[in-house]
Amino acid sequence: MHLSLIDGLIVGLYLVVVLAVGWLASRRTKDGNEFFLAGRSIPAWVCGLAFLSANLGAQEVIGMGASGAKYGIATAHFYWLGAIPAMVFIGVFMMPFYYGSKARSAPEYLGMRFDEKTRGFNAFSFAIMTIIGSGVSMYAMAKLIQAMHVLDQPFAAMHWPQAWIFHAAVLGSAFFVMAYIWLGGLRGAIYNEVLQFFLIVAGFAPLAWLSLRNVGGWEGLTATLDPAYTHAWRGMTSPDTNKLGVDAFGLVMGLGFVLSFGYWCTDFLVVQRAMAANSMSAARRTPLIAASFKMLIPFVVIIPGLAALALTTSAMKDPANAGHLAGGHAVAGAIPIKMDAATGKPMLDSAGKPQLDYDLATPSLLLATFPTGMLGLGLTALMASFMSGMAGNVTAFNTVWTYDIYQAYIRKEASDGHYLTMGRIATGGGILLSVGAAYLASQFNNIMDLIQLICAFVNAPVFATFLLGMFWKRATGHGAFWGLAAGTTAAALHHGLTLPNGSLPGIKGGWMANMHLYPSEMAQNFWTAIWAFSICFGLTVAISLVTRARREEELAGLVFSLTPKIDDPPTTWLKSPVVLGVIVLAVTLVLNLIFR
Amino acid sequence: MDVRFPIGILFAGIGVLLIAAGLITAPEDLKLVSTGFNLNLVWGGVMLVFGLGAILLAVRPRR
Repeated sequence: MHLSLIDGLIVGLYLVVVLAVGWLASRRTKDGNEFFLAGRSIPAWVCGLAFLSANLGAQEVIGMGASGAKYGIATAHFYWLGAIPAMVFIGVFMMPFYYGSKARSAPEYLGMRFDEKTRGFNAFSFAIMTIIGSGVSMYAMAKLIQAMHVLDQPFAAMHWPQAWIFHAAVLGSAFFVMAYIWLGGLRGAIYNEVLQFFLIVAGFAPLAWLSLRNVGGWEGLTATLDPAYTHAWRGMTSPDTNKLGVDAFGLVMGLGFVLSFGYWCTDFLVVQRAMAANSMSAARRTPLIAASFKMLIPFVVIIPGLAALALTTSAMKDPANAGHLAGGHAVAGAIPIKMDAATGKPMLDSAGKPQLDYDLATPSLLLATFPTGMLGLGLTALMASFMSGMAGNVTAFNTVWTYDIYQAYIRKEASDGHYLTMGRIATGGGILLSVGAAYLASQFNNIMDLIQLICAFVNAPVFATFLLGMFWKRATGHGAFWGLAAGTTAAALHHGLTLPNGSLPGIKGGWMANMHLYPSEMAQNFWTAIWAFSICFGLTVAISLVTRARREEELAGLVFSLTPKIDDPPTTWLKSPVVLGVIVLAVTLVLNLIFR
Repeated sequence: MDVRFPIGILFAGIGVLLIAAGLITAPEDLKLVSTGFNLNLVWGGVMLVFGLGAILLAVRPRR
C-alpha cells in the first residue's frame, strides 16, 4: 500500500490549515488571559466539540477499535456508562464552582478551596501525567504509521532509511502541535480541536458504515459472531460469563463511578475547555454538548473493530484461507496475526490458536477499504485525532506549570508578560519532555505499562477530593491532602497485593504478595480504583472532622451550600443545563436498552 | 475569528481533491470490491457541500 500525490496533498492541506488557524488565533493572543484561557470568550458549541476532541486521541480511535474486536459491543460501556453520566454531572453540578471560582486551573481551585499543599500535590502529579500522556500517544502514533507501511515508499524514493519513519512521525507531529499552541495558545488549540473533530468523523464514519455493510449489517454481525460480542449487558452477573471478565458491581462502581467521574469531572485536560467558555451558562453546557456527540462515537470507532472481527472469523472458517492466515498474510480487511519478531512465526495463545493483533484491526480495515484519495483522508483523520489528544495535554501542562508550579513556587510576583513568555517556553519544554517520554517508551517494553499504572494510581482517588471539596463545607485542607496521599498509596498497595488471572507477578500486579486473584486485568483495574477512592473519601472525612474547618465566608463560591443559586436564566429551554442533561441521559439509557 | 471559516476551507479543499481522485483513479484501483461505488466521488461531494455550507455560515452577515 502506498500513498499517491492526492493523498499527500490532502495531508499537506490539513497541515497548512492547522498552522493557519494557529496564526489567526495568535492575533488575539496578547496576554496571559488570552494564552491560557482563550480570554474566556469561546462560544458553547466550540468549547463542547473541543472538550470532546481533546479526549478523542489516536489511542482512543485505534484502542476502541481494538477493544471492539476483542470484547465486542461491551466496549461501549466506556462511553454510555464510563463517560456520559460523569459528563452530565460536571455540567449540571460541578461547573458552577470551576467557572464561578475564577480559578485558572483545576489545581488552583483546590488551592482556593483547601490549601497550598493539596494544590501542589495535584499540580505536580497532573503535570507529570500530561507529559506521559502526550509522550505515550506520540509513541503509539509513530508505531502505527510504521505498522501501516504508508510511508515506506516515499521514504525509499528519497533514499532515507526506513527507521527514520518513526523519528519523522514523532518529530513532525510534535513540531506542528508546538507551532499552533505557541502561536495561538488555548484558543489555537481549541479551534483546531473543533476542526479535528469534524475530520475524525469525516474519516472514520464512512469506514464504519462500509465495513458494517460489508459484513451484512448488524444482522450479519449477530449471525457471524458469538452473542457475547453483540450484547453489552448479557452475562454481567458473573465475571465468567462476559468478555470483559468483570461483574456488574465492579463495572458500575469502578468504571461507571470512580474512573469515569475521576477523569471527566477533575481532569484539567478536559475541564480547561469548559473554563474557556464565554459565560457560566456556556461553560455548563460545554460538557453536555460534548456528551450528546460522545454517545454516538461508539458507532464510529467500535463498529470497525467488530466488523474486522467478523471478517476474520469468516476467513478463519474458510479452509482456503487457513494456510494463508498462518503464514501471516492477512485476508483483506481481516485482523492480522501477531508475529514473533525473533522467529518470524505467528504467536500462539495457550490453546494453540494464533493471536490476533487487535491494535491493527481498524488500520488494516482502513487500508483494505479506502481507495487512494480516501486513504489520504483516513490518514489525515488519524493524524488529527493524535494532534487533538496531544494538544489537550500540552495546553493543560503549560497552564498548570506556569500558574500552579512556576508562579506558586518559583517566581511569585512577575508581570503578565513574563508569565505569557513562560507559558510559551513551557509549551516547548513540555513537548520536548513528551518526545523524551515517547523514546523512553520505545526503548523499554514495560515502561509504558508502568507509566500508565502510575497515572491510574494518581487519577483514581482524586475525584473524592473534588467531590468533598465542592459539596461538603466541613472538608479541610489537611483532610484533603492526607486523603489524597493515602488514596494514591492504597491504589499502589492494592495493585501490589492482587493479580489478574493468568499473569505473572510483576508489572501486572502481585509484586508484594498475591492475596487475591481477579478474573481479568480490567476487574483488577476497576477494583484498584474503587479502593483508592474509598480510602481517600473515608480518610478525608475522618481527618476533616478532627481538624479545624475554614470560616464559611471564605468558602463562598467554592462550596455548594455556601454559593448563591446561579445564574443568568437560559433564554430557551434547550439552553438549560438540566434539560440538556436529562435528554442526554435518557438517550443513553435507550442506547443501553437497544444493545443490552 | 469564526472557526467555521477554516473548517469550511479545509473540507471544501479536501472535497475537491477527493472528487479529482475519483475522476482520475482507474476503476481497478477504486477497491470496488469493498466499496461498491466510487467512494472518492461521493464522499468528496459530501465534504465539498459541507465545506461550502460552513464558509457560507461564517461569512453571512450577522442579523
